[in-house]
Amino acid sequence: MIGRAEVEHIAELARLELGEDEIQALQRDLSRILEYVAQLNELDTSEVPPTSHVTPQGDVLREDVSRPSLPVEEVLANAPRAEEGYFRVQAVLPKGER
Amino acid sequence: MTLHRLTVHEASRLLQNGEISSVELTESVLARIDRCDPQVKAYLTPTPDLAISQARRADERRAAGDAGPLTGIPAAVKDNISTEGVRTTCGSRILQSYIPPYSATVFSRLVDAGVVLVGKTNMDEFAMGSSTEYSSFFPTHNPWDLSRVPGGSSGGSAAAVAADAALFALGSDTGGSIRQPASLCGVVGLKPTYGRVSRSGLIAFASSLDQIGPLTKDVTDSALLMNALAFHDPCDSTSASEPAPDYAAGLEEDLSGLVAGVPGEYFGEGLDPGVAKLVREAIERLSQIGVEIREISLPHEQHVVATYFLTSWAEASANLARYDGLKYGLFAPEAESIQEAQSKARGRGFGPEVKRRIMLGTYALSSGYYDAYYLKAQKVRTLIKDDFDRAFAQGVDVVVGPTSPVVAFKIGELVGDPLAMYLADLYTIPANLAGVPCVSIPCGFHEGLPVGLQILGQPYAEATVLRVAYAYEQSTDFHLARPQIPGGGSPDHKKN
Repeated sequence: MIGRAEVEHIAELARLELGEDEIQALQRDLSRILEYVAQLNELDTSEVPPTSHVTPQGDVLREDVSRPSLPVEEVLANAPRAEEGYFRVQAVLPKGER
Repeated sequence: MTLHRLTVHEASRLLQNGEISSVELTESVLARIDRCDPQVKAYLTPTPDLAISQARRADERRAAGDAGPLTGIPAAVKDNISTEGVRTTCGSRILQSYIPPYSATVFSRLVDAGVVLVGKTNMDEFAMGSSTEYSSFFPTHNPWDLSRVPGGSSGGSAAAVAADAALFALGSDTGGSIRQPASLCGVVGLKPTYGRVSRSGLIAFASSLDQIGPLTKDVTDSALLMNALAFHDPCDSTSASEPAPDYAAGLEEDLSGLVAGVPGEYFGEGLDPGVAKLVREAIERLSQIGVEIREISLPHEQHVVATYFLTSWAEASANLARYDGLKYGLFAPEAESIQEAQSKARGRGFGPEVKRRIMLGTYALSSGYYDAYYLKAQKVRTLIKDDFDRAFAQGVDVVVGPTSPVVAFKIGELVGDPLAMYLADLYTIPANLAGVPCVSIPCGFHEGLPVGLQILGQPYAEATVLRVAYAYEQSTDFHLARPQIPGGGSPDHKKN
C-alpha cells in the first residue's frame, strides 16, 4: 500500500493541490494499479533493448535560422496576467523566504 | 433529400455536379445538430456561423473552378486539435476558455481544402478515457442507445458521425481512442501508422503513441480523408518523409494472396461471447472473399495494458507539466508564490482521471523508480512490437480481431472502477505500442448495439488495411444502418 506521505510527496513533485478525499482515493488507486503493472516483472528483459519510439527516423535537424513566429500580442492573448509584453507571474519565493 | 445522411464521397459527387451547394449541405447538417445534439451531446462548441461563412466561400471557390473532393464538406473536429480562433478545451476545465493562436497543421490543410467546420467535439479530458464520461463538461450519449456511452476518448466525434451530425470527424488515438468509439457507435475509425499524420497542433497526451485519424461513415471516405491527412510536416519531427500513396485508388483491387492472421490471444477471457460470434463470422466472410486465414500467436498480448499504462502515463505527466496556470488556462489569482499558483490551478483545473494518471506517471519517473517502471515498460514494448514483426515476417499482411471486448456499456457503469475501464482498450493498445496502422469497421449488431472488426497492418500499409476493410464492407450492409434517435426524425435506413 502506498503511504499517505508518498502520495503527498508525488503530488508536490507534480504540482497538484489535492483535497483530503483525493489523497485517500489516490492511495487506494495507485496501490491497486502498481500491483497490476508489477506483472511485467514476470518477464526477463535483461537482454532486451528499450523502445522509446517506433519511427525509424533518427534526430531531425533544421538549419538554425530564424523564421516568422506569432506576434507577442497573440501569444499573450490567453495569459491571465500580462504586462508590457511579458507574462506577469507571482513571486518565485513564498513570503518569509524573500 | 436528407443531405446530412450523405457520405463524403456521395456529397462530393453531388457538389461537383452542381446538384447541391455547400450552403444547402451545411444547413442540413446544422439542422440535424439542432435536432439531435440536445440528446446526443456530441459537441462542446458548435460553430454554425463559421460553418455558413466557410460554406459560402466553398461555393464561391467551386464556381471559380477551384474545388477539390473535400471542398464544402461539413466536418467535426475533436477538441484536442487546435483550431485558430475557435475555443479548444481538450475536454478540460483547465483549458475551458483557451483560444488557440494557431491551427494544427492537419486542420489548416483541411481548411485550405475547403472543409467546413461545424463544431468541436466532446472527449474524455486530455483524451484519457474510454467512455467520454471523463469530459469536464458533460458525458456524450451513444446514438444507438442514449443510456449508453459512445466509447472514448473521441466519443463526441464518433457519436457525431453516427448521428449524421457531421459528414466526417477527426479524432485522435493514443490507445484506441478513435477505434473503440468507432466500434461502439458503428462507424469507421482509422488510426494511421505513427508518423503518417502530423501531430503538430494536436494537444499532446503521450507523444510516442498519439496519432490523428478520420472517423467516417464508410471505408471509401476513410481513404479519401487519408489522401488529405497524409503528408510530410516539417513542424512535427516524427512526421514521415516518405510520400503517401493515393489511398482511394487501390480500394477495389481483389484480395487474393493476402494473409490475415488471427491471434488466439484476442479471443480469450473478458471477450463478450456475442461480440466473439460476430467477429468470427466476419473472419469467415473474409475467407469467402479471398483472404487466407491463418492462426497466429502474439505471446505478449497479456502485458499490453500494463506496458501502455506506464508508457502513456509517464509521457502524460511530462506533457501536462505545461499547464501551469501562468501562460494560459485556469489561474489562481490568490496564490502568493509561483509554486502555489501552479498547484492550485492544476488541482482545480484537472479532473480525477487526469490527476490519477499524472500521479502514476510522476511516481514511475521519480528518482529510484525509473528503471523498475518506465524503462521496464519500454523493454516490454520491444517484445510486443517483436510479436507483430515476427507475424509480418512470416507472411501475414493483416491481423484481424475484435476492436472492443464488449458493446457500448451503460453511462456510469464503469466510471467508479478505473482498472475495469482500462481493460476496454485491451485489443486496441497493441497498434499504438507497435506504431502500426489499424482500422475498426462495423461487423454487425449484438443486442441492437454495434460491434467492430479491427484490421491491423504493417507500418505504412494503410492502403492494404483499407483494401481489406473495403472488400469486407462491400460484402455486408452494416455500414448502411443508422440509429433511430428520439426526436431526430425517422431514419432512411433500418438496421437489419
